[in-house]
Amino acid sequence: MAQAIPAGTKWWSGGKSPFNVEYGKLMMWYFLMSDAFTFGAFLISYGTIRMSSNSWPDPNEAFRAFPGMGSMHLPLVFVSLMTFILIMSSVTMVLAVAAGHAGDRKKVTFYMILTIIGGLAFLSCQAWEWTHLHGEGAWWGRNPFPNINGSKASTNFSNFFFTITGFHGFHVFSGVCINIIMLIKNLRGDFERRGHYLMIEKAGLYWHFVDLVWVFVFTCFYLL
Amino acid sequence: MSNQATPTHDNAHTTFDTKPIWRTFWVLLGITLVELALATIHLKTGFPPKYVLNGVYLILTCAKAFYIIAEFMHLGHELKNLVMTLALPACLFIWFIIAFVSDGNSYRELRNRYDPYHVQQNNTKVAPAGGEEAPSTPAQKPGEQ
Repeated sequence: MAQAIPAGTKWWSGGKSPFNVEYGKLMMWYFLMSDAFTFGAFLISYGTIRMSSNSWPDPNEAFRAFPGMGSMHLPLVFVSLMTFILIMSSVTMVLAVAAGHAGDRKKVTFYMILTIIGGLAFLSCQAWEWTHLHGEGAWWGRNPFPNINGSKASTNFSNFFFTITGFHGFHVFSGVCINIIMLIKNLRGDFERRGHYLMIEKAGLYWHFVDLVWVFVFTCFYLL
Repeated sequence: MSNQATPTHDNAHTTFDTKPIWRTFWVLLGITLVELALATIHLKTGFPPKYVLNGVYLILTCAKAFYIIAEFMHLGHELKNLVMTLALPACLFIWFIIAFVSDGNSYRELRNRYDPYHVQQNNTKVAPAGGEEAPSTPAQKPGEQ
């Protein structure tokens, strides 16, 4: 798995990067770790509150709608589509990084455009879902969904849902902005002049992190 | 000192092929489909009990997270020292999750024991129409769901 190192390499003797990665990429990793703790704190507080409640709304009742299908009962379908879109855009992002390694500027452009489209598609899905839930009466401080045992639920359910998916959605939004900037820089030929596409890799790390967080949000809100 | 130079592992660059990317994609898609299939079977038949399913979901989620980090984010191909500076602090999550979730559980038990009004609220059904404060039916016997 890990990188093969020639025997006798002295990483800590100075003169070279001991982790063998570029400074910006290393710092991106540490930023992502701190961000993981932010998201972790959100999700764990959600878990704590849910654990301290006797009953909780059924996600299959709350998230059962699909655009254009009226009031049909379709639990999990829409969120599966959103998950698929985000995984797909993560794949196109890696393909852009791979194209960057090969120094293929045209392919980088192509895959960056696909990634941006995927991100925008995800954001549109989320906007639709929020609008739908708001139409049903859910918002911060308002929760129309009863608990699974039929008793009246507190507003914790919608508070956590909107806060955490909102924070994640904001990450997706900033990821799309970063990707657009990278696309513009690539179109201007900045990376080609520089001789490497490390900026694409760093944007890619951020983008995959957004996908990673969604995996946990998906499990915590829609499956558990 | 050439800190601003590009990393020296140019041989790793050329080996960045697209085959493991697609394999990872199929793994992620497959795991997600398995999760959805389990959830659908549970909705229709109620068969795998919810607490078993929750354990399965958590394991599968961690598997997905591992694949995204190791392959998509390429961490599996970095130096072990770098991996450890990220993996060891992440171990704090083990404490974090156990401590806080069990704290929530303890709070629930204490409140059920000492706050009868809270238990009564939980046993009071509301109309499923949602939103409106429904006329509450007589409280059921505690312990009945």
